[in-house]
Amino acid sequence: MNPQFQYILDLIQQSQLSDADRTALENAVKEADKQYEIINFKLDRTEKVKRTTAILLEETIAELELKRKAVEESNDALQKSLEELKAAQQQLIQSEKMASLGELTAGIAHEIQNPLNFVNNFSDVSKELLDEMKVELEKGNMEDAREIANDVIQNLEKILHHGKRADSIVKGMLQHSRSGSGEKELTDLNNLVDECLRLSYHGMRAKDKSFNAKTDSSLDAGLPQIKIVSQDIGRVLLNLFTNAFYSVLQKKKNADGNYEPLVSAKTILESGKVKIIVEDNGIGIPQRVIEKIFQPFFTTKPTGEGTGLGLSMSYDIITKGHNGELQVETKEGEFARFTIILPI
Amino acid sequence: MPGSPLFYLYKPYFQLLVNHHSMKILVVDDERDVQTLFEQRFRKEMKSGEMQFNFAFSGEEALQFLTDHNQEAVLILSDINMPGMSGLELLKRIKQEHHEPPPVVMMITAYGDAENYNQATQLGADDFLTKPVDFTILKEKLKSIH
Repeated sequence: MNPQFQYILDLIQQSQLSDADRTALENAVKEADKQYEIINFKLDRTEKVKRTTAILLEETIAELELKRKAVEESNDALQKSLEELKAAQQQLIQSEKMASLGELTAGIAHEIQNPLNFVNNFSDVSKELLDEMKVELEKGNMEDAREIANDVIQNLEKILHHGKRADSIVKGMLQHSRSGSGEKELTDLNNLVDECLRLSYHGMRAKDKSFNAKTDSSLDAGLPQIKIVSQDIGRVLLNLFTNAFYSVLQKKKNADGNYEPLVSAKTILESGKVKIIVEDNGIGIPQRVIEKIFQPFFTTKPTGEGTGLGLSMSYDIITKGHNGELQVETKEGEFARFTIILPI
Repeated sequence: MPGSPLFYLYKPYFQLLVNHHSMKILVVDDERDVQTLFEQRFRKEMKSGEMQFNFAFSGEEALQFLTDHNQEAVLILSDINMPGMSGLELLKRIKQEHHEPPPVVMMITAYGDAENYNQATQLGADDFLTKPVDFTILKEKLKSIH
């Protein structure tokens, strides 16, 4: 018994109270002591629970901290892989550019050999002419000398002309392969369409020399200049033309002698928008794949021949990059018509 | 190139075909400046009448010329990569349609690659030149035909 209660009990026992009163008081003290014991026990138990809870709480906090760290780490890892993905995407874009450039290289080589042929030969022949002119001058044949001088002047003009021609071809090529975001600039679309058609035509011819296709362009002279990233739109056009030539080439392989491959380009100004239409009379696109053609990595070409990125990138360039539309109409075995619609 | 085995293979054949007084040559190329270039490069030969040049700016035009002039040209120099009828197609048509006497056809091309070479050889090309054309070599070839 608690000493305080014991003391009270001793005092009661020594008191002058009646037996009945004393017994009642003694019982009350004993009862109080019993209650006190119970409360003490409960308090002790609560203390224990409190300690356990505190320990649990600490453990939980430690665990949470670990989890937070784990989340942070996986966040970092995700961020890193996102950056890697972005870099990989950039690389893919670049390799797609290089792939389409590769297709065009032979065409460009042909385009550049012709002006070079003239530059080399006209300069060489001019040297000969000047030697001859010296002879004529020594002989006093002024008339002949003057004639030769005129020829040399004409040749120098030709050298300059063909030098510039080679220069513009190389510039066009560099523009096509350059990476990074280009600025939107006022561009003559008809020029761009014509240039891309010629470039992909020569690229196709270089790949398969026995093949020939008719090209036809109907360019609206009233087209206003519009603000575009010309190297991006150029890539879209090269892609569409290269596809068109590929398609007529495939059809020609299995067609009889009456098939005349034709790739055409058209520009029109219609209700305040510019339309560029690229059409071919090749193999067309089967209905079952039409939904997929703008998806990345979708290609019907044999492995190693297509990246499957051409049309998906074209779609992004037109819709996201230029707020335009890229539409397709086709009939399998007959034709494919791609229409680019750009706001002015 | 003057030492090309193909050339020597055909040399006696060239000599038989060539007119003793003037060699008639048809140049086929879609680049118009080719005419000016040849006229300057061969002005002495043209002046002396040793060689006579005609020019066609497409395969179709070349075939028309050969038909109209009853195969006057005995030597044809043709580019391969031309819009419309390609040089290879022209070569095929010449070898098929213009039999007697068969004209000598030299192909000029921007691509000096094996594929073109083989295809043209198969079609009956007699010799090859690559762009940029080395006129010293071309002249030697033509003169040894004489």
